[in-house]
Amino acid sequence: MDPETRRAIIMENYLNPYNREPAPANYIKVNTNNESCIDNLDIYLLIEDDIIKDVKFTGEACAISTSATSIMIKLLLGKTISEAQNLLTNYRNMINELPYDAEILEEALCFDEIYKQQNRKNCALLPWKGIEKALAKYQENK
Amino acid sequence: MHTEDFPMLKQDIIYLDNGATTLKPYAVIDAITDYYENYSANAHRGDYDISLKVDLAYENTRDIVKEFLNARYLEEIIFTSGATQSLNMIANGFFAPLLESGDEIIISKSEHASNVIPWFEIATAKNVHIKYVDLDDNHYVTINNLKKAITPNTKVIALAGITNVIGDERPIKEICKLAHEHNIFVVVDGAQSVPHLKTDVQDLDCDFLAFSAHKLCGPTGVGVLYGKIELLEHLIPQNYGGGMNETFDNESEVYLKSLPTRLEAGTPNIAGVIGLGAAINYLNQIGMENITSYERELRRYLINELMQIPHIDIINPESDSGIVAFNVDGIFAQDIAVYLNKYHVCIRAGNHCAKILKSEVGVTNTCRVSLYFYNTKRDVDKLVELLKDKNKIIEEMI
Repeated sequence: MDPETRRAIIMENYLNPYNREPAPANYIKVNTNNESCIDNLDIYLLIEDDIIKDVKFTGEACAISTSATSIMIKLLLGKTISEAQNLLTNYRNMINELPYDAEILEEALCFDEIYKQQNRKNCALLPWKGIEKALAKYQENK
Repeated sequence: MHTEDFPMLKQDIIYLDNGATTLKPYAVIDAITDYYENYSANAHRGDYDISLKVDLAYENTRDIVKEFLNARYLEEIIFTSGATQSLNMIANGFFAPLLESGDEIIISKSEHASNVIPWFEIATAKNVHIKYVDLDDNHYVTINNLKKAITPNTKVIALAGITNVIGDERPIKEICKLAHEHNIFVVVDGAQSVPHLKTDVQDLDCDFLAFSAHKLCGPTGVGVLYGKIELLEHLIPQNYGGGMNETFDNESEVYLKSLPTRLEAGTPNIAGVIGLGAAINYLNQIGMENITSYERELRRYLINELMQIPHIDIINPESDSGIVAFNVDGIFAQDIAVYLNKYHVCIRAGNHCAKILKSEVGVTNTCRVSLYFYNTKRDVDKLVELLKDKNKIIEEMI
Protein backbone atom coordinates (compact mmCIF):
# COMPACT_ATOMS: atom_id res chain seq x y z
CA MET A 1 0.00 0.00 0.00
CA ASP A 2 1.39 3.42 -0.86
CA PRO A 3 2.02 5.91 1.96
CA GLU A 4 -0.64 8.35 0.74
CA THR A 5 -3.44 5.76 0.74
CA ARG A 6 -2.24 4.37 4.05
CA ARG A 7 -2.38 7.81 5.64
CA ALA A 8 -5.73 8.66 4.12
CA ILE A 9 -7.34 5.47 5.46
CA ILE A 10 -5.94 5.99 8.97
CA MET A 11 -6.99 9.63 9.13
CA GLU A 12 -10.46 9.00 7.74
CA ASN A 13 -11.08 6.27 10.33
CA TYR A 14 -9.59 8.36 13.13
CA LEU A 15 -11.55 11.52 12.41
CA ASN A 16 -14.78 9.69 11.55
CA PRO A 17 -14.58 6.39 13.36
CA TYR A 18 -17.19 3.78 12.49
CA ASN A 19 -19.70 2.84 15.20
CA ARG A 20 -18.13 4.86 17.97
CA GLU A 21 -21.12 4.86 20.29
CA PRO A 22 -22.36 3.12 23.41
CA ALA A 23 -24.25 -0.14 22.93
CA PRO A 24 -27.35 -1.61 24.55
CA ALA A 25 -26.97 -3.99 27.47
CA ASN A 26 -27.43 -7.17 25.40
CA TYR A 27 -24.01 -6.66 23.76
CA ILE A 28 -20.94 -8.44 25.13
CA LYS A 29 -18.76 -5.71 26.65
CA VAL A 30 -14.99 -5.88 27.10
CA ASN A 31 -12.37 -3.33 28.03
CA THR A 32 -9.07 -3.24 26.23
CA ASN A 33 -6.13 -1.06 27.19
CA ASN A 34 -2.40 -0.84 26.76
CA GLU A 35 -0.36 -0.97 29.95
CA SER A 36 2.41 1.11 28.47
CA CYS A 37 0.20 3.95 27.23
CA ILE A 38 -3.13 5.62 27.84
CA ASP A 39 -5.33 3.98 25.20
CA ASN A 40 -8.46 2.71 26.85
CA LEU A 41 -11.41 1.37 24.86
CA ASP A 42 -14.61 -0.48 25.58
CA ILE A 43 -15.70 -2.78 22.78
CA TYR A 44 -19.24 -4.07 22.45
CA LEU A 45 -20.06 -7.16 20.42
CA LEU A 46 -23.39 -8.56 19.30
CA ILE A 47 -23.41 -12.13 17.99
CA GLU A 48 -26.43 -14.06 16.80
CA ASP A 49 -26.16 -17.67 15.58
CA ASP A 50 -22.37 -17.43 15.54
CA ILE A 51 -22.50 -14.43 13.20
CA ILE A 52 -21.19 -11.02 14.20
CA LYS A 53 -24.20 -8.75 13.87
CA ASP A 54 -22.74 -5.58 15.33
CA VAL A 55 -19.64 -4.13 16.99
CA LYS A 56 -19.43 -0.71 18.66
CA PHE A 57 -16.80 1.02 20.76
CA THR A 58 -16.33 3.89 23.19
CA GLY A 59 -13.36 5.37 25.03
CA GLU A 60 -10.18 7.33 24.42
CA ALA A 61 -7.31 6.22 22.29
CA CYS A 62 -4.67 7.51 19.88
CA ALA A 63 -5.07 7.86 16.13
CA ILE A 64 -3.63 4.42 15.43
CA SER A 65 -5.77 2.59 18.01
CA THR A 66 -8.92 4.49 17.10
CA SER A 67 -8.55 3.97 13.37
CA ALA A 68 -7.58 0.32 13.90
CA THR A 69 -10.80 -0.15 15.86
CA SER A 70 -12.95 1.51 13.22
CA ILE A 71 -11.34 -0.56 10.47
CA MET A 72 -11.67 -3.76 12.47
CA ILE A 73 -15.36 -3.22 13.07
CA LYS A 74 -16.05 -2.80 9.36
CA LEU A 75 -14.12 -5.98 8.63
CA LEU A 76 -15.92 -8.03 11.24
CA LEU A 77 -19.54 -7.14 10.50
CA GLY A 78 -21.42 -10.13 9.06
CA LYS A 79 -18.53 -12.54 9.59
CA THR A 80 -18.82 -15.89 11.33
CA ILE A 81 -16.78 -16.51 14.44
CA SER A 82 -14.29 -18.69 12.59
CA GLU A 83 -13.92 -16.03 9.87
CA ALA A 84 -13.33 -13.45 12.59
CA GLN A 85 -10.68 -15.65 14.17
CA ASN A 86 -9.02 -16.11 10.82
CA LEU A 87 -8.96 -12.32 10.32
CA LEU A 88 -7.47 -11.90 13.77
CA THR A 89 -4.69 -14.42 13.06
CA ASN A 90 -3.81 -12.85 9.73
CA TYR A 91 -3.92 -9.30 11.09
CA ARG A 92 -1.70 -10.24 14.02
CA ASN A 93 0.73 -11.96 11.67
CA MET A 94 0.90 -8.82 9.52
CA ILE A 95 1.67 -6.66 12.56
CA ASN A 96 4.31 -9.13 13.74
CA GLU A 97 5.95 -9.48 10.30
CA LEU A 98 4.82 -13.07 9.76
CA PRO A 99 3.24 -14.47 6.56
CA TYR A 100 -0.38 -13.39 6.15
CA ASP A 101 -3.22 -13.39 3.65
CA ALA A 102 -3.34 -9.84 2.29
CA GLU A 103 -6.50 -10.59 0.28
CA ILE A 104 -8.81 -10.64 3.29
CA LEU A 105 -7.53 -7.67 5.33
CA GLU A 106 -8.84 -4.89 3.07
CA GLU A 107 -8.43 -1.44 4.71
CA ALA A 108 -6.50 -2.98 7.62
CA LEU A 109 -3.56 -3.31 5.22
CA CYS A 110 -2.85 0.33 6.05
CA PHE A 111 -1.00 -1.01 9.10
CA ASP A 112 1.27 -3.29 7.05
CA GLU A 113 4.32 -1.23 7.93
CA ILE A 114 3.50 -0.37 11.51
CA TYR A 115 6.23 -2.79 12.64
CA LYS A 116 8.67 -0.05 11.67
CA GLN A 117 7.42 1.88 14.70
CA GLN A 118 7.82 -0.67 17.49
CA ASN A 119 5.97 1.49 20.01
CA ARG A 120 2.86 1.70 17.80
CA LYS A 121 2.40 -2.04 17.25
CA ASN A 122 0.43 -2.32 20.47
CA CYS A 123 -1.81 0.53 19.33
CA ALA A 124 -2.69 -1.31 16.14
CA LEU A 125 -3.30 -4.56 18.05
CA LEU A 126 -5.39 -3.01 20.83
CA PRO A 127 -8.93 -3.47 19.40
CA TRP A 128 -8.12 -6.96 18.19
CA LYS A 129 -7.01 -7.96 21.68
CA GLY A 130 -10.39 -6.68 22.81
CA ILE A 131 -12.36 -8.63 20.22
CA GLU A 132 -10.41 -11.78 21.07
CA LYS A 133 -11.54 -11.37 24.69
CA ALA A 134 -15.11 -10.69 23.60
CA LEU A 135 -15.20 -13.79 21.40
CA ALA A 136 -13.82 -15.90 24.25
CA LYS A 137 -16.51 -14.48 26.50
CA TYR A 138 -19.16 -15.41 23.94
CA GLN A 139 -17.86 -18.99 23.64
CA GLU A 140 -17.78 -19.35 27.43
CA ASN A 141 -21.37 -18.22 27.85
CA LYS A 142 -22.69 -20.16 24.89
CA MET B 1 20.71 28.17 31.90
CA HIS B 2 23.61 25.77 32.55
CA THR B 3 22.74 23.66 29.49
CA GLU B 4 26.46 23.01 28.95
CA ASP B 5 26.55 20.94 32.14
CA PHE B 6 24.31 18.23 30.66
CA PRO B 7 25.69 15.68 28.21
CA MET B 8 22.15 14.71 27.14
CA LEU B 9 21.63 18.22 25.86
CA LYS B 10 24.40 17.72 23.32
CA GLN B 11 21.86 15.61 21.47
CA ASP B 12 19.30 17.20 19.23
CA ILE B 13 16.49 17.02 21.80
CA ILE B 14 14.24 19.41 23.65
CA TYR B 15 13.53 17.75 26.96
CA LEU B 16 10.30 18.96 28.58
CA ASP B 17 9.43 15.98 30.76
CA ASN B 18 11.20 16.99 33.95
CA GLY B 19 8.20 16.08 36.08
CA ALA B 20 8.91 12.47 35.12
CA THR B 21 12.66 12.63 35.57
CA THR B 22 15.47 15.11 35.05
CA LEU B 23 18.69 14.99 33.08
CA LYS B 24 21.97 14.40 34.87
CA PRO B 25 24.85 16.88 34.87
CA TYR B 26 28.50 15.81 34.53
CA ALA B 27 28.98 16.52 38.23
CA VAL B 28 26.59 13.71 39.13
CA ILE B 29 27.74 11.27 36.45
CA ASP B 30 31.38 11.85 37.41
CA ALA B 31 30.71 11.30 41.13
CA ILE B 32 29.02 7.98 40.40
CA THR B 33 31.72 6.90 37.96
CA ASP B 34 34.37 7.89 40.49
CA TYR B 35 32.79 5.58 43.06
CA TYR B 36 32.58 2.65 40.66
CA GLU B 37 36.07 3.21 39.25
CA ASN B 38 38.04 4.20 42.33
CA TYR B 39 36.51 3.04 45.60
CA SER B 40 33.84 0.49 44.77
CA ALA B 41 33.50 -1.23 48.16
CA ASN B 42 30.57 -1.69 50.54
CA ALA B 43 29.60 0.84 53.17
CA HIS B 44 29.75 0.33 56.93
CA ARG B 45 32.54 -2.22 56.63
CA GLY B 46 35.39 0.13 57.41
CA ASP B 47 38.18 -2.40 57.78
CA TYR B 48 40.20 -1.10 54.88
CA ASP B 49 40.88 2.27 53.33
CA ILE B 50 38.53 2.23 50.37
CA SER B 51 35.65 0.96 52.49
CA LEU B 52 36.20 3.78 54.94
CA LYS B 53 36.14 6.15 51.99
CA VAL B 54 32.75 4.74 50.98
CA ASP B 55 31.42 5.28 54.50
CA LEU B 56 32.57 8.86 54.48
CA ALA B 57 31.11 9.57 51.05
CA TYR B 58 27.79 7.88 51.89
CA GLU B 59 27.41 9.68 55.19
CA ASN B 60 28.57 12.93 53.63
CA THR B 61 25.42 12.86 51.51
CA ARG B 62 23.37 12.62 54.70
CA ASP B 63 25.06 15.83 55.83
CA ILE B 64 24.35 17.45 52.49
CA VAL B 65 20.67 16.43 52.60
CA LYS B 66 20.33 17.59 56.20
CA GLU B 67 21.67 21.01 55.27
CA PHE B 68 19.61 21.10 52.08
CA LEU B 69 16.37 20.51 54.01
CA ASN B 70 17.55 22.33 57.13
CA ALA B 71 16.71 19.27 59.23
CA ARG B 72 17.70 19.32 62.90
CA TYR B 73 19.47 15.97 63.05
CA LEU B 74 21.34 13.69 60.69
CA GLU B 75 19.25 10.82 62.03
CA GLU B 76 16.19 12.43 60.47
CA ILE B 77 17.49 11.66 56.97
CA ILE B 78 16.78 8.11 55.74
CA PHE B 79 17.91 6.94 52.30
CA THR B 80 15.30 4.99 50.36
CA SER B 81 14.79 3.89 46.77
CA GLY B 82 12.72 6.99 46.03
CA ALA B 83 9.69 9.01 47.07
CA THR B 84 7.40 6.01 46.51
CA GLN B 85 9.29 3.84 48.97
CA SER B 86 9.53 6.73 51.42
CA LEU B 87 5.76 7.27 51.34
CA ASN B 88 5.09 3.55 51.74
CA MET B 89 7.44 3.40 54.72
CA ILE B 90 5.70 6.38 56.32
CA ALA B 91 2.23 4.95 55.68
CA ASN B 92 2.96 1.35 56.63
CA GLY B 93 5.69 1.80 59.22
CA PHE B 94 4.33 4.74 61.15
CA PHE B 95 0.64 5.27 60.42
CA ALA B 96 -0.69 1.73 59.91
CA PRO B 97 0.15 0.70 63.50
CA LEU B 98 -1.07 4.04 64.84
CA LEU B 99 -4.43 4.46 63.10
CA GLU B 100 -7.59 2.96 64.50
CA SER B 101 -10.97 2.13 63.05
CA GLY B 102 -12.91 5.30 62.26
CA ASP B 103 -9.85 7.54 61.92
CA GLU B 104 -9.59 9.76 58.87
CA ILE B 105 -6.80 10.45 56.40
CA ILE B 106 -7.12 13.60 54.32
CA ILE B 107 -5.64 13.63 50.83
CA SER B 108 -6.68 15.43 47.64
CA LYS B 109 -7.82 14.28 44.24
CA SER B 110 -4.75 15.75 42.58
CA GLU B 111 -2.25 13.54 44.40
CA HIS B 112 0.12 11.21 42.60
CA ALA B 113 -0.62 7.48 42.93
CA SER B 114 2.26 7.12 45.40
CA ASN B 115 0.47 9.40 47.84
CA VAL B 116 -2.89 7.73 47.28
CA ILE B 117 -2.60 3.96 47.04
CA PRO B 118 -0.54 3.38 50.23
CA TRP B 119 -3.35 5.20 52.10
CA PHE B 120 -6.03 3.20 50.28
CA GLU B 121 -4.33 0.01 51.46
CA ILE B 122 -4.33 1.16 55.07
CA ALA B 123 -7.93 2.33 54.78
CA THR B 124 -9.04 -1.12 53.69
CA ALA B 125 -6.96 -2.99 56.25
CA LYS B 126 -7.77 -0.79 59.24
CA ASN B 127 -11.25 0.49 58.46
CA VAL B 128 -9.92 4.02 58.21
CA HIS B 129 -11.63 6.63 56.00
CA ILE B 130 -10.03 8.48 53.12
CA LYS B 131 -11.36 11.99 52.84
CA TYR B 132 -10.68 14.31 49.91
CA VAL B 133 -10.24 17.96 50.69
CA ASP B 134 -12.34 20.00 48.23
CA LEU B 135 -10.29 21.77 45.58
CA ASP B 136 -11.16 25.29 44.49
CA ASP B 137 -11.92 26.42 40.91
CA ASN B 138 -8.22 26.33 40.05
CA HIS B 139 -8.00 22.80 41.55
CA TYR B 140 -5.97 24.17 44.48
CA VAL B 141 -6.07 23.19 48.15
CA THR B 142 -7.07 26.14 50.32
CA ILE B 143 -6.73 26.49 54.07
CA ASN B 144 -10.46 27.19 54.30
CA ASN B 145 -11.40 23.96 52.53
CA LEU B 146 -8.94 22.08 54.69
CA LYS B 147 -10.55 23.55 57.81
CA LYS B 148 -13.89 22.23 56.53
CA ALA B 149 -12.47 18.77 55.89
CA ILE B 150 -10.87 18.34 59.32
CA THR B 151 -12.91 16.49 61.95
CA PRO B 152 -11.98 15.20 65.42
CA ASN B 153 -11.21 11.87 63.70
CA THR B 154 -8.62 13.31 61.31
CA LYS B 155 -5.20 11.87 62.13
CA VAL B 156 -3.12 12.66 59.07
CA ILE B 157 -3.06 15.05 56.14
CA ALA B 158 -0.96 13.81 53.23
CA LEU B 159 -0.42 16.26 50.38
CA ALA B 160 2.08 16.99 47.66
CA GLY B 161 4.14 20.18 48.05
CA ILE B 162 3.57 20.78 44.35
CA THR B 163 1.18 18.54 42.41
CA ASN B 164 2.36 16.74 39.32
CA VAL B 165 -0.40 17.73 36.88
CA ILE B 166 -1.90 20.97 38.16
CA GLY B 167 1.48 22.16 39.40
CA ASP B 168 0.03 24.18 42.27
CA GLU B 169 2.26 25.00 45.20
CA ARG B 170 0.49 24.11 48.44
CA PRO B 171 0.72 26.41 51.47
CA ILE B 172 2.47 23.67 53.45
CA LYS B 173 3.56 25.91 56.30
CA GLU B 174 0.00 27.09 56.97
CA ILE B 175 -1.31 23.55 56.51
CA CYS B 176 1.15 22.25 59.13
CA LYS B 177 0.18 25.01 61.55
CA LEU B 178 -3.52 24.27 61.15
CA ALA B 179 -2.99 20.52 61.36
CA HIS B 180 -0.86 20.69 64.47
CA GLU B 181 -3.47 22.84 66.21
CA HIS B 182 -5.71 19.80 65.79
CA ASN B 183 -3.02 17.22 66.65
CA ILE B 184 -2.94 16.01 63.06
CA PHE B 185 0.25 14.78 61.40
CA VAL B 186 1.32 16.18 58.03
CA VAL B 187 3.05 14.09 55.35
CA VAL B 188 4.47 16.02 52.41
CA ASP B 189 5.08 14.33 49.08
CA GLY B 190 7.99 16.49 47.97
CA ALA B 191 8.72 14.69 44.70
CA GLN B 192 7.70 17.71 42.58
CA SER B 193 8.52 20.47 45.07
CA VAL B 194 11.93 19.71 46.56
CA PRO B 195 13.70 19.88 43.15
CA HIS B 196 12.22 23.29 42.40
CA LEU B 197 11.76 25.16 45.69
CA LYS B 198 13.91 25.82 48.72
CA THR B 199 12.53 23.38 51.30
CA ASP B 200 13.09 24.10 54.99
CA VAL B 201 11.51 21.34 57.04
CA GLN B 202 11.90 23.25 60.31
CA ASP B 203 10.24 26.33 58.89
CA LEU B 204 7.45 24.28 57.29
CA ASP B 205 7.22 22.15 60.43
CA CYS B 206 6.06 19.12 58.42
CA ASP B 207 6.23 15.77 60.20
CA PHE B 208 7.37 13.71 57.22
CA LEU B 209 8.69 14.54 53.76
CA ALA B 210 9.50 12.27 50.83
CA PHE B 211 11.43 13.00 47.64
CA SER B 212 13.39 11.30 44.85
CA ALA B 213 16.90 12.05 43.68
CA HIS B 214 16.19 11.54 40.00
CA LYS B 215 13.81 14.49 39.82
CA LEU B 216 16.57 16.85 41.00
CA CYS B 217 19.35 15.87 38.58
CA GLY B 218 20.36 12.87 40.67
CA PRO B 219 20.37 9.18 39.79
CA THR B 220 17.31 6.92 39.66
CA GLY B 221 16.61 4.42 42.43
CA VAL B 222 17.42 6.63 45.38
CA GLY B 223 15.43 9.04 47.48
CA VAL B 224 14.93 10.40 50.95
CA LEU B 225 12.52 9.95 53.80
CA TYR B 226 12.68 12.84 56.24
CA GLY B 227 10.84 12.54 59.53
CA LYS B 228 10.98 14.38 62.82
CA ILE B 229 13.27 12.29 64.98
CA GLU B 230 10.74 11.71 67.74
CA LEU B 231 8.36 10.25 65.12
CA LEU B 232 10.97 8.26 63.22
CA GLU B 233 11.85 6.52 66.48
CA HIS B 234 8.40 4.92 66.26
CA LEU B 235 8.56 4.04 62.58
CA ILE B 236 8.61 0.25 62.35
CA PRO B 237 11.12 -1.01 59.78
CA GLN B 238 9.52 -2.52 56.69
CA ASN B 239 12.75 -4.26 55.75
CA TYR B 240 14.76 -6.43 58.10
CA GLY B 241 18.18 -7.81 57.33
CA GLY B 242 21.82 -6.92 57.09
CA GLY B 243 23.21 -3.69 58.38
CA MET B 244 20.21 -2.69 60.47
CA ASN B 245 20.49 -5.18 63.33
CA GLU B 246 22.69 -4.98 66.39
CA THR B 247 22.61 -8.63 67.43
CA PHE B 248 20.29 -11.58 67.03
CA ASP B 249 20.31 -15.03 68.56
CA ASN B 250 16.79 -16.29 68.12
CA GLU B 251 13.44 -14.89 67.04
CA SER B 252 12.78 -13.22 70.37
CA GLU B 253 16.18 -11.62 70.65
CA VAL B 254 16.72 -9.34 67.68
CA TYR B 255 18.18 -5.99 68.60
CA LEU B 256 18.05 -3.25 66.04
CA LYS B 257 20.51 -0.45 65.45
CA SER B 258 19.58 3.15 66.10
CA LEU B 259 18.43 5.68 63.50
CA PRO B 260 19.04 6.13 60.65
CA THR B 261 20.70 2.73 60.06
CA ARG B 262 17.72 0.82 61.46
CA LEU B 263 15.65 1.94 58.49
CA GLU B 264 18.27 1.19 55.84
CA ALA B 265 18.46 -2.61 55.73
CA GLY B 266 20.68 -4.31 53.19
CA THR B 267 23.47 -2.86 51.11
CA PRO B 268 22.14 0.53 50.15
CA ASN B 269 22.25 2.18 46.76
CA ILE B 270 25.71 3.56 47.53
CA ALA B 271 26.41 4.95 44.08
CA GLY B 272 22.95 6.49 44.06
CA VAL B 273 23.40 8.13 47.44
CA ILE B 274 26.78 9.53 46.38
CA GLY B 275 25.13 10.78 43.17
CA LEU B 276 22.36 12.40 45.19
CA GLY B 277 24.94 14.29 47.23
CA ALA B 278 26.60 15.49 44.04
CA ALA B 279 23.24 16.54 42.62
CA ILE B 280 22.35 18.63 45.66
CA ASN B 281 25.80 20.24 45.68
CA TYR B 282 25.27 21.08 42.03
CA LEU B 283 21.82 22.62 42.67
CA ASN B 284 23.20 24.58 45.61
CA GLN B 285 25.88 26.06 43.37
CA ILE B 286 23.17 27.38 41.07
CA GLY B 287 21.02 28.37 44.04
CA MET B 288 17.50 27.09 44.70
CA GLU B 289 16.08 30.63 44.65
CA ASN B 290 17.62 31.19 41.23
CA ILE B 291 16.14 27.93 39.98
CA THR B 292 12.66 28.85 41.26
CA SER B 293 12.65 32.34 39.80
CA TYR B 294 14.10 31.23 36.46
CA GLU B 295 11.44 28.53 36.12
CA ARG B 296 8.64 30.91 37.01
CA GLU B 297 9.73 33.37 34.37
CA LEU B 298 10.05 30.64 31.76
CA ARG B 299 6.65 29.29 32.71
CA ARG B 300 5.04 32.73 32.32
CA TYR B 301 6.64 33.02 28.91
CA LEU B 302 5.30 29.60 27.89
CA ILE B 303 1.80 30.31 29.20
CA ASN B 304 1.64 33.66 27.41
CA GLU B 305 2.63 31.99 24.16
CA LEU B 306 0.22 29.08 24.53
CA MET B 307 -2.65 31.41 25.45
CA GLN B 308 -2.41 32.91 21.99
CA ILE B 309 -3.10 29.59 20.29
CA PRO B 310 -6.89 29.22 20.00
CA HIS B 311 -6.92 25.42 19.71
CA ILE B 312 -4.98 24.95 22.96
CA ASP B 313 -6.81 24.51 26.23
CA ILE B 314 -4.55 25.03 29.24
CA ILE B 315 -5.72 23.09 32.29
CA ASN B 316 -3.66 25.04 34.85
CA PRO B 317 -2.97 28.56 33.56
CA GLU B 318 -2.71 30.03 37.05
CA SER B 319 -0.20 27.69 38.68
CA ASP B 320 3.27 28.85 39.68
CA SER B 321 5.44 25.86 38.99
CA GLY B 322 7.04 24.74 35.73
CA ILE B 323 4.25 22.24 35.08
CA VAL B 324 1.83 23.09 32.26
CA ALA B 325 -0.98 20.68 31.40
CA PHE B 326 -2.93 21.24 28.20
CA ASN B 327 -4.87 19.66 25.39
CA VAL B 328 -5.11 20.42 21.71
CA ASP B 329 -8.75 20.67 20.75
CA GLY B 330 -9.98 17.42 19.22
CA ILE B 331 -6.65 15.61 19.27
CA PHE B 332 -5.77 12.84 21.68
CA ALA B 333 -2.93 13.80 24.02
CA GLN B 334 -0.77 10.88 23.00
CA ASP B 335 -0.99 11.83 19.35
CA ILE B 336 0.41 15.25 20.26
CA ALA B 337 3.30 13.62 22.11
CA VAL B 338 3.98 11.36 19.12
CA TYR B 339 3.88 14.35 16.76
CA LEU B 340 6.27 16.40 18.93
CA ASN B 341 8.59 13.42 19.21
CA LYS B 342 9.10 13.60 15.45
CA TYR B 343 10.82 16.91 16.15
CA HIS B 344 12.70 15.46 19.13
CA VAL B 345 10.56 17.38 21.59
CA CYS B 346 9.92 15.19 24.64
CA ILE B 347 6.69 15.73 26.53
CA ARG B 348 4.44 13.40 28.48
CA ALA B 349 0.88 12.43 27.58
CA GLY B 350 -1.51 10.66 29.88
CA ASN B 351 -3.03 10.86 33.31
CA HIS B 352 0.40 11.24 34.90
CA CYS B 353 -0.35 8.75 37.69
CA ALA B 354 -3.07 11.09 39.00
CA LYS B 355 -5.95 8.83 38.07
CA ILE B 356 -8.49 10.31 40.48
CA LEU B 357 -7.90 13.82 39.16
CA LYS B 358 -10.10 13.25 36.10
CA SER B 359 -13.30 13.58 38.07
CA GLU B 360 -12.02 16.95 39.27
CA VAL B 361 -10.87 18.57 36.02
CA GLY B 362 -13.21 16.70 33.68
CA VAL B 363 -10.51 15.41 31.34
CA THR B 364 -8.81 12.05 31.59
CA ASN B 365 -5.66 12.67 29.63
CA THR B 366 -3.51 15.70 29.04
CA CYS B 367 -0.23 16.71 27.50
CA ARG B 368 2.18 17.81 30.19
CA VAL B 369 5.17 20.06 29.75
CA SER B 370 7.37 20.26 32.83
CA LEU B 371 10.27 22.67 32.87
CA TYR B 372 13.58 22.74 34.69
CA PHE B 373 16.31 25.33 34.87
CA TYR B 374 18.19 23.99 31.84
CA ASN B 375 15.21 24.65 29.58
CA THR B 376 15.37 27.84 27.56
CA LYS B 377 13.10 30.28 25.78
CA ARG B 378 14.37 28.67 22.59
CA ASP B 379 12.92 25.34 23.77
CA VAL B 380 9.59 27.03 24.45
CA ASP B 381 9.65 28.79 21.07
CA LYS B 382 10.21 25.50 19.28
CA LEU B 383 7.33 23.84 21.17
CA VAL B 384 4.99 26.74 20.49
CA GLU B 385 5.92 26.84 16.82
CA LEU B 386 5.10 23.14 16.50
CA LEU B 387 1.75 23.50 18.29
CA LYS B 388 0.61 26.63 16.44
CA ASP B 389 -0.50 24.99 13.23
CA LYS B 390 -3.24 22.46 13.87
CA ASN B 391 -3.31 21.32 10.26
CA LYS B 392 0.36 20.50 10.47
CA ILE B 393 -0.29 18.45 13.61
CA ILE B 394 -3.07 16.49 11.92
CA GLU B 395 -0.93 16.10 8.83
CA GLU B 396 2.07 14.71 10.69
CA MET B 397 0.76 13.00 13.80
CA ILE B 398 0.73 9.47 12.38
